[in-house]
Amino acid sequence: MTLQIWSIARRQIVRTLRQPAAVFFPVAFPLALMAVNAGGLTPATRLPGFPTDSFYAFALAVPFIQGSLFATMNAGTDLARDIQEGFFNRLQLTPLNPAALLLGLLGGVVAMGLVQAVIYLGVGLAIGVEFHAGALGVVVLLALATLILIGFGAIGATMALRTGSGEAVQGLFPALFVFLFISSMNMPRDLIPIDWFRIAATANPISYLLEGVRSLIITGWDGQALALGFGVAAAVTAAALVAATRSLRTRMERT
Amino acid sequence: MRPNSIEAEGLAKQFRKGPRAVDGIDLHVSPGEIYGFLGPNGAGKSTTVHMLTTLLPPTAGTGRVAGYDIVREGARVRAAIGAALQEAALDPLLTGRDHLRLQMALHGIPRRERSERADELLVRVGLTGAADRKVGGYSGGMKRRLDLALALVHRPRILFLDEPTTGLDPQSRAALWDEVGRLASDGVTVFLTTQYLEEADVLADRVGIIDHGRIVAEGTPAALKGEIGRPTVEVVPADPDQRGAVADVLARFGEPSQASPDGVAVRIDGEAELAPIVRALDAEDLHVAQLQLHAPTLDDVFLAKTGRSLEGAEEPEAVAAE
Repeated sequence: MTLQIWSIARRQIVRTLRQPAAVFFPVAFPLALMAVNAGGLTPATRLPGFPTDSFYAFALAVPFIQGSLFATMNAGTDLARDIQEGFFNRLQLTPLNPAALLLGLLGGVVAMGLVQAVIYLGVGLAIGVEFHAGALGVVVLLALATLILIGFGAIGATMALRTGSGEAVQGLFPALFVFLFISSMNMPRDLIPIDWFRIAATANPISYLLEGVRSLIITGWDGQALALGFGVAAAVTAAALVAATRSLRTRMERT
Repeated sequence: MRPNSIEAEGLAKQFRKGPRAVDGIDLHVSPGEIYGFLGPNGAGKSTTVHMLTTLLPPTAGTGRVAGYDIVREGARVRAAIGAALQEAALDPLLTGRDHLRLQMALHGIPRRERSERADELLVRVGLTGAADRKVGGYSGGMKRRLDLALALVHRPRILFLDEPTTGLDPQSRAALWDEVGRLASDGVTVFLTTQYLEEADVLADRVGIIDHGRIVAEGTPAALKGEIGRPTVEVVPADPDQRGAVADVLARFGEPSQASPDGVAVRIDGEAELAPIVRALDAEDLHVAQLQLHAPTLDDVFLAKTGRSLEGAEEPEAVAAE
């Protein structure tokens, strides 16, 4: 089964690397958006209670989540295309273990997502962002990023397996983006002045993922933020994996 | 070792929101045989293949492939068979060699054997030169040949080929026919679906004709053609005014049959010889523009069994996986 997982993951990585757009945009777009936001929102750091004087340090958490969304959507779209074009049937005709298919797919997502994460970290360091949690904090940040990638990857896989349509998977992308925007992406929740926005951001699981990553960068070791970040990521991942496993069982009709 | 045969009894597939795509078919394909499954689009060919290859559970009936039950022993069936399905489903971003490596790894072929086996298969299907090119740049024929190689990686004893030559140019088609013939001579049982009469005629030891999910005729191509009978002779007179006289002469040799607008045709009694007909026309001083002897074809068999010609007999409704 290890060989099967590795083979599926390897295919996922190879085909991603052979599509320049699939490599470039998930790296460049979140960083570009961060630069634009930082350009406009840097004065927000002067608000009383803003947790850092560098908006880049505050916003660096966003590319990790946004990059995960990109990696996930690409993987989900690839799987849906496999179903549409019959490659999934080719896989079904081999002794492939269904769990290996899912784990291999997620392995590919995680591998590509971690490469992106390292690039975001490198860019952060290059623009002078200080990592308050130190080297160990970077390891914890990558662990949290991995958990988020698995969770989002499983959501993409579930959509692909349920619909068998690349378009449907891509349709999920704007919806997830809305979740990202209605979160504490650009402002700490307690400083959001509009009531409905603050309530929505508090109810939004994405806020806790962002705050978990962000705490390692701007605060150091914040037990509550990390517990909430890892807790929400674990819950999303568990639910998504259950959904993906069920969808895979339904999709794999083979006897 | 279990026999590399294919058997089915009353095999049927009723889709939940669709038609009864396969309506209780019986099959017996002997080890080493090439069985041609002939029918128009939507007749139930691919659905049958999907059931026999364990991709779709049947809703009724039983099937055994390589001696294993297709419902209860799916994994064993898959280990014994190779399949190239209707769509040569390949990843355009992977090379031919990448595909072979992936397929072999998923089949659990040991690492030390993979490279050698990949080279051997690439030679066999004539893709050595293109092995390290992305499949997105392959022609239709190359994709089909790679598809065949992928079906053979684990040395299956039974091979399912679902319309393997659809859309191929004549040269690629002939190359694939040669390869199928070689496989059969190696003892591989081949179950081949096709909508091409010529393909079934040339390749298959036996042919099953399927229409509306039912097998309407089965036998060797020669026996099936012999069953529906006699050849026809068609004469186009040089002078159209002589059609009546030509018809009178031809009536001595058989019963009238359907002819082209300018011609006269009879289904001839007895031996399919043209010489007596030519002599009779000459004796009456009738000049002939064209004279043709039509041997029965599998299309005539299809016509005789279903009342329709196979060419253009596509089902109006879309059938899943067809």
